[in-house]
Amino acid sequence: MQPHEKARFEHLVLPHLDSAANLARWLLRNPADSEDVVQEAMLRAYRFFETFRGGDARAWLLQIVRNTCYTFLEKKRPLELTTEFNEELHGGPGITPETLAAQADDRQRITLALDSLPARSREILVLRELEGCSYKEIGEITGIPIGTVMSALARAREKLRRQLAPDAAKEVL
Amino acid sequence: MSCQFAESTVHGYFDGELDAVRSAEFERHLESCAECQAALSGIESLHKRLQQSELNYRASTQLRDRVTDRFAADPAGRVRARDIRRWLLIPAFAALVIAIVGGVMLIQGRGHNDQLAAELIDAHVRALQPGHLTDVLSTDQHTVKPWFDGKLDFIPPVSDFTNDGFPLVGGRLDVMDGHNIAALVYSRRKHLISVFVWPYLDRGPSADGAGSRNGYNWVMWQSGDMRFCLVSDVSSGDLNVLKKLIHSKEQ
Repeated sequence: MQPHEKARFEHLVLPHLDSAANLARWLLRNPADSEDVVQEAMLRAYRFFETFRGGDARAWLLQIVRNTCYTFLEKKRPLELTTEFNEELHGGPGITPETLAAQADDRQRITLALDSLPARSREILVLRELEGCSYKEIGEITGIPIGTVMSALARAREKLRRQLAPDAAKEVL
Repeated sequence: MSCQFAESTVHGYFDGELDAVRSAEFERHLESCAECQAALSGIESLHKRLQQSELNYRASTQLRDRVTDRFAADPAGRVRARDIRRWLLIPAFAALVIAIVGGVMLIQGRGHNDQLAAELIDAHVRALQPGHLTDVLSTDQHTVKPWFDGKLDFIPPVSDFTNDGFPLVGGRLDVMDGHNIAALVYSRRKHLISVFVWPYLDRGPSADGAGSRNGYNWVMWQSGDMRFCLVSDVSSGDLNVLKKLIHSKEQ
């Protein structure tokens, strides 16, 4: 890579390392795995930087991070990706709205609730609520067609709301 | 749940992702729909709860060091051609979509405001390319304003709105319709807003307007003898807040 390209990479992509770490950590739910995956994703981003045509560098990087995470999951934890189509399983075993309600610390409760969601619900919530991504960026990163980002996000929020508030879920809303 | 808006549209409204027309429509509906009001406050309180819990993980120092060390050693080397081909497809496809959308936009071209807005959205998108965003990079209005001196035949109003959530990032020169115009850049959370300013040239009465195009929102209006156009991917609601801030300074 040319020195000016390298400087451009450091200027444009490297500042989003925290966002990369955040997305990977939420997708993989494990600090050691996510550090390895982020490192690999950064390396990929560096190698393929010449294919970056300008625009939203964070979305470009997060797309690579996401792909790297899913590749990792497919190889190492294929069950996580297949069981998530069965909504009754809620991904994590043992996490029910009742055990969540018993958590004194709200941050802990929310973390467990998010972790219990299927990866695809979790990632859209992390991108929107934690990273503040626009629908356009979410579409770019996840490959969800822009027209369906809104309904996918609505479903994810509803799932999280149900996990967090077992009583409220029974309300008419 | 019986109201179809409460299922999905209310989320777009909360996130500022509806265009101006749909947003206004929804607001009218919201006044009389208890279900949507409840859904909206549910989304709001969930959002607040998530914000307050400080859930963002950050890169550890070790990870940061590992990453920067790798680049210092420049491991780029040779990349397998198969990998490159696979990854090239993504930008190639994106470029194709942009070309098609661009073509459709050219054919459509409705109204003077819309044409100007399309031109300014292009300018905004161009400016997002690395190194093009600002010619003068400063959060200080007293640095940005004099920078335009002598480069334009008018003085654009420059104010910093950091306290209102719109910090000034800088300014640059842009071209519209063959004329040099001023472009100020503000940020909103992690997004950027271009504020284009130019003297109102005699083109007959031109109504204020707003709209969205390719995911970018724009708001255009006239104040005194200047015309303003805001372009960004932030919500039209945020753009209107900035418009009010600029307008209040203009009075």
